Amino acid sequence: MSEANNVTLTIDKQTVRVPAGTLVVDAAKKAGIDIPVFCYHPKMEPVGMCRMCLVEIGRPSKDRETGETVLDEHGDPVIQFGPKLDTGCTIEVSEGMVVRGFTEKVMDARLEMLEFILTSHPLDCPICDKGGECPLQNLTMRYGPGKSRFLLDDKIRLAKQLPLGELIYLDRERCIQCARCTRFQDEIVDDPVIGFFNRGRALEIVTFSDPGFDSYWSGNTTDICPVGALTTVDFRFEARPWELNSAASICNQCPVGCNFTFNTRREAKTGGDFVIKRVMPRQNEAVNEIWICDKGRFSSYHFSEREDRLTQPMIRRDGMLQPASWGEALDFAAGKLEELGSGLVALAGGRLSNEDLFNLKSLAEHLGGKAVLNTHVAGGDIVSRHGFKAGTDLAKLGKGDAVLVIACDLEEEAPIWWLRVKQAAERGARLVVANPRRTKLDASASDTVRYEYGEELSALDRLPERFTEAGSLAIFYGAEGLGLAGSAALAAALADLLSGSGVADGPCSGLVAVHGRPNDQGAWELGLRPAADLAGALAGAKAVYIAAADPAGDGVFEKGDRFVIVQDVLLTPTAELADVVLPASGFMERDGSYTSGERRVQRFYTTLPPPPETRPDFTITAQVAARVGLELEGRHAGRLFAMLAEAVPAFSGLSFNRLAEVEEQWPIVGREDMYYGGTTYANYQGLGAHLVRQADGEDVWAGETRAGEAGAQKRGARDAKNSGLLAVPVTRLYDRGTVISQSNTLAPRLAERHLGVHPETARKHRLLDGQPAHIRAGGREAKLVVRVTEAAPEDVLLVPRSMGLDLDGPSEAAVKSLVKEVA
Amino acid sequence: MRSGELGGAAGAAPPTPQFTGPLYAMNDLLKKYGSEIETVLAKYPVEQKRSAVMPLLYIAQREKMYVSERDMAEIGEILDLDPTEVGSIVGYYTLYYDRPGGTSRIQVCTDLPCALRGADAFAAGLCERLGIQLGETTADGAVTIEAVMCLAACDRAPMFQLQNGSGLKYYENQTVESTLSLIEKLKK
Amino acid sequence: MEYILLRHRDIPNLHELDVYVRHGGFEAFNQVVTKMKPEDVVEEVFKSGLRGRGGAGFPTGLKWRFIDKGNSPRYVVANADESEPGTFKDREIMEGNPFQFFEGVMICAFAVGSNTAYNYLRGEFWELGDFLDGKLAELEKAGYLGDNLFGTGYSLRIHNHLGAGAYICGEETALLESLEGKLGQPRLRPPFPPSFGLYGKPTIVNNVETFANVPPILTKGADWYRTIGTEKSPGTKVFSLCGNVEKPGNYELPLGTTFRELIFEHGGGIPEGRGIKAIMPAGASSAIIIANDEALDTPMDYESVPRVGSMLGSASIIVIDDSVAMDWLVRKTLHFFKHESCGKCTPCREGTYWMAHLIDRIHTGQADADQVGLLDDVARNMEGKCLCALGEFAIQAVITGIERFPEDWKKEVPEKMM
Ligand SMILES: Cc1cc2nc3c(=O)[nH]c(=O)nc-3n(C[C@H](O)[C@H](O)[C@H](O)COP(=O)(O)O)c2cc1C
Ligand code: SF4
Ligand code: FES
Repeated sequence: MSEANNVTLTIDKQTVRVPAGTLVVDAAKKAGIDIPVFCYHPKMEPVGMCRMCLVEIGRPSKDRETGETVLDEHGDPVIQFGPKLDTGCTIEVSEGMVVRGFTEKVMDARLEMLEFILTSHPLDCPICDKGGECPLQNLTMRYGPGKSRFLLDDKIRLAKQLPLGELIYLDRERCIQCARCTRFQDEIVDDPVIGFFNRGRALEIVTFSDPGFDSYWSGNTTDICPVGALTTVDFRFEARPWELNSAASICNQCPVGCNFTFNTRREAKTGGDFVIKRVMPRQNEAVNEIWICDKGRFSSYHFSEREDRLTQPMIRRDGMLQPASWGEALDFAAGKLEELGSGLVALAGGRLSNEDLFNLKSLAEHLGGKAVLNTHVAGGDIVSRHGFKAGTDLAKLGKGDAVLVIACDLEEEAPIWWLRVKQAAERGARLVVANPRRTKLDASASDTVRYEYGEELSALDRLPERFTEAGSLAIFYGAEGLGLAGSAALAAALADLLSGSGVADGPCSGLVAVHGRPNDQGAWELGLRPAADLAGALAGAKAVYIAAADPAGDGVFEKGDRFVIVQDVLLTPTAELADVVLPASGFMERDGSYTSGERRVQRFYTTLPPPPETRPDFTITAQVAARVGLELEGRHAGRLFAMLAEAVPAFSGLSFNRLAEVEEQWPIVGREDMYYGGTTYANYQGLGAHLVRQADGEDVWAGETRAGEAGAQKRGARDAKNSGLLAVPVTRLYDRGTVISQSNTLAPRLAERHLGVHPETARKHRLLDGQPAHIRAGGREAKLVVRVTEAAPEDVLLVPRSMGLDLDGPSEAAVKSLVKEVA
Repeated sequence: MRSGELGGAAGAAPPTPQFTGPLYAMNDLLKKYGSEIETVLAKYPVEQKRSAVMPLLYIAQREKMYVSERDMAEIGEILDLDPTEVGSIVGYYTLYYDRPGGTSRIQVCTDLPCALRGADAFAAGLCERLGIQLGETTADGAVTIEAVMCLAACDRAPMFQLQNGSGLKYYENQTVESTLSLIEKLKK
Repeated sequence: MEYILLRHRDIPNLHELDVYVRHGGFEAFNQVVTKMKPEDVVEEVFKSGLRGRGGAGFPTGLKWRFIDKGNSPRYVVANADESEPGTFKDREIMEGNPFQFFEGVMICAFAVGSNTAYNYLRGEFWELGDFLDGKLAELEKAGYLGDNLFGTGYSLRIHNHLGAGAYICGEETALLESLEGKLGQPRLRPPFPPSFGLYGKPTIVNNVETFANVPPILTKGADWYRTIGTEKSPGTKVFSLCGNVEKPGNYELPLGTTFRELIFEHGGGIPEGRGIKAIMPAGASSAIIIANDEALDTPMDYESVPRVGSMLGSASIIVIDDSVAMDWLVRKTLHFFKHESCGKCTPCREGTYWMAHLIDRIHTGQADADQVGLLDDVARNMEGKCLCALGEFAIQAVITGIERFPEDWKKEVPEKMM
């Protein structure tokens, strides 16, 4: 906002200069002055409900005739105050305004409002989870009455432990009817699945959705609830906030890279060890603002607590995996690799950090082999040339800008991006959504384009415009119905679209691949590439070194007589086949960095001491490397990152220190201000930094030798059309992937392994909703439950990834109900 | 008919799986009141069909005199609302009910103006004759007697409104006797 | 005096369309649509000095002037929620003289360039809604509503919309929320409906009685209208008279008529020879007036009533005789407001609940004088801090009941309670 749009006002004798349109409470907060609020939240429209923010507001009085400001004998403007107090949360600042927040009248009003609120509020702070970080508690201490004149006998008695579904509990006595939760669900995330019931003092929060409080965002309501009315099922009655330690981390569930904080505590039940008690969002306004989705909150760390964590290296002896010492295991692995010479394939998963991947790739290349990325989304190399760059922030997209989202169910694939794109549209950006079926983002779109699966490229010809007039153009493509070849072709076409628009260098222009894993983009930037034919690549190798991937579980790997090293946290089906198993530490047990899909590199910090016999992936790789004559940094992630930044142009200029830089963010959260932004953690550990955009080049990965793969997939789609049924891979947020499956909290929310079918198609193929069916597609088969849904196009089977049948791309399918028909 | 009455396994048909899913989940309200619902929807701009939620709730309530969760879901489906948004409306307004009561509700105004003209005594007398308390339903489930706020008939107290499936009707300048005979008629 | 609004009392079957038309019905609307410019209609109403009859007495023409002409579509909404305890005038107008009311809505719609109007009726007016649906159908059939009215390009439709039992939906922004299918809770203001109303579009909300005044103003002119009533409160008003009075009912009288004339000449005085103790001139929302001679001789208009410490409001005059104790009366009003508080803002939600508990104890003799003081204090703590006027209404009877009738609160507290 330019200086010209600023206004000057006085708040409690302090002169404050803020942009016109700023609300009085925000202006005060910016100046470090507290005006208490309950219902107001800086991320939502003001509603003026709680009346906690009442202050005296005066304005310079104007002469009726001349319109001139009236001056007193000292030549100062005469300030006119209204007879009543005003709500600071609903009134915008104006030039010359005078706000008084600490007069007797105002202090009385605060006391009175608190007394009103406390008439119905239980005094159960000693057992309340919010105690210690509770706005009502804090503000009562500061402004409230010492005791209540309300008769205890008249106190309302209501349900105290009411599950609103499986994730969130409601204490109706504690609710102060501020509507922050219901407004968050409605205004911010467009899931109005909780609401008020009754009216007056009988107002209570209810849900009629099925399942209750059916939203991927529910946990955020517990952060902004200014009392202990809403609590998460995983934390309630678990610990007191002041007993908790915290460590900054990055979510490992999707490419957005939400910043969060792990809260830990030593517990008797783990023999005095630290355990993670909860996950709280950590503010990064350029990434996740102050929110995180429920998948990140409720399922990101549970795998580390598994009883069957790999905690000991193992070597296959006599056909059985047997415990070994680290020395033995490393010697054995390295010896074999040297013995087998070139021909190593290192398969890496995108859950590995930048440092892990860098080391692994160095090792593979040293041995004359190559490092392969295990992913279903291609185009990351194109993204490194056309992706986001320093200064890009989705929050800056608005009027005059454009966003294209294609082949993507954004809320399911990367929830926070869905939110950020929706908000960009609400700020006036033109949003075009192109997808074969309806998704939640359609509701925010200015235009939607429908196409048939396999017709992604021709859909681009039907876009409503070429965006040549846009200020910035952000493009997201995902994995809806696409395999590697399809997404490679789409990414290339989108890069052309972006370049052709002429606005590729707009401040927030860029191409984003909605990858499946947190660091897939990092892997691409570091030079790892997928294999068009992963099964073939693995089958052709003499030795394979698999880290954070499970090709056997995915059905693309057989051991044969290959030498197999597996480095992982759990005994996956692949690990069970290995010759050597190397136990890795989880990401919360070490430090490192991830590169988000927006090409922002962010640090995560050590939260828990690692289980004794586990080591960070980059360390293990370095130790193997040392034994084959390659010197790699294996001890210090920061030092390794510095080397990486030297070696890889995209990372140039970055360092762990640089990534740890912070700056003041708005709204202010944490600190004393819990009543304001909620219990989201302030960010003191780093906002991260963007990679440098790479120059355009020729060597685009397009399925290696099988450059025509996309065409083949398209033909596959067309063949299927003729034969009747096309199965396509789609992504569901709550799938049955390895990490999410370890969480008991989310378990009840995970859908059964299913496939989605249009009602007409179901009828044609005699498929019954909720009943099992046998499906054969893409050379694989599975038994899945049928879900009839109008979201599916006709003659298409929607097959969610990691839900029992993983497809490489659209494939012809045969399906048969497993229910005997009733005559 | 309970399956046991069929006498033996031979007669018991296996449960027939039904199509569910949105398209087949036959929206009962639409099926039954389709054209009426269309007339209601026509009153409001197409993109503002949420406005129809109150009239649709009256329709849903017509038969059972309360709105079930299924009704909420069906109305939500028609109006593109979450069932919770429909449920909220049921909870907020006093003329909708989320649970069954008497088939007819006799709602006596006992607010200040009517009370100045004997409404409290009327309501008490009526309840006494029916052997129930205010807010209760007669044993046969026929009528619930309730006290309500001002009904804009202050000059004709004692008065009440009768709410049942067929709508809502005012009865003014009432006596306990006249009301009892109305109740008798209602029971027929 | 000749009726201007309750003309059905003079003309039998005025609710029949042909009767209404025979008595000059829709001449004004026809004139307006075929011969007048919308701005001129607004100016005529402005000049008449007509003030809103829904309670606040806001100049109707001024409100119409505020309509945001730069935004469309625009809406007109009639406030037929009539829920203030003691008010029953709109109902009689709509039952007896429905076409005059609708004609007023139609003239307003033309004046502000609206093609759609809604009539928001309280849900309890179910039968009336049915009746009015029939009337609207007749109007469409007769060509007074629909497309290309009187051969011009102007189109207009009116729809009835039933509420479902919520006093707060009489507050115009809560009404609009309710009409949008949401919880009927008041909005923040500004913006006001003429710029941001129904569906966020410019909207005029007026009371039923306000609209019913409009056709005669256009037929006979603003100057004629100003000859009735007082200078600042022109016109007649339908006073709903009820409570302890011999002949309760609606009385259409010029604004400025005294309480005494209404209660004793028209209303027949207090029954059973009892004395008059107090008057609530604006229904349950009133500050209670001590019914002394000064009060009784006060003219009922928007300026004069505040001089005796109250407001004219919707002019629903509740007469209280000397057998009524204030703690009983306040208990009635408090239970009403507790029941009707929407719950959106803290002071009203908690305050009405708290006060209702206090008055129950006080009325049933379970509380001492301190509790009366506390009741007064709670009311004063609400004062000026609520989001809408309901909270303000709720404390009027409490504060004035205690202040002006102190002897009514000196209750014996049974020994065992102390
Ligand atoms: C709590 C509350 C209840 C109200 N109830 C009504 C009502 O029932 N009818 C009405 O016409 N106005 C009512 N009003 C006034 C309306 O808000 C609004 O001022 C009026 O409809 C405007 O019309 P008018 O200018 O023609 O009076 C109420 C206001 C408040 C604050
Ligand atoms: S004063 Fe507050 S709670 Fe009361 S009705 Fe108005 S907004 Fe609702
Ligand atoms: S009313 Fe301003 S913060 Fe609640």
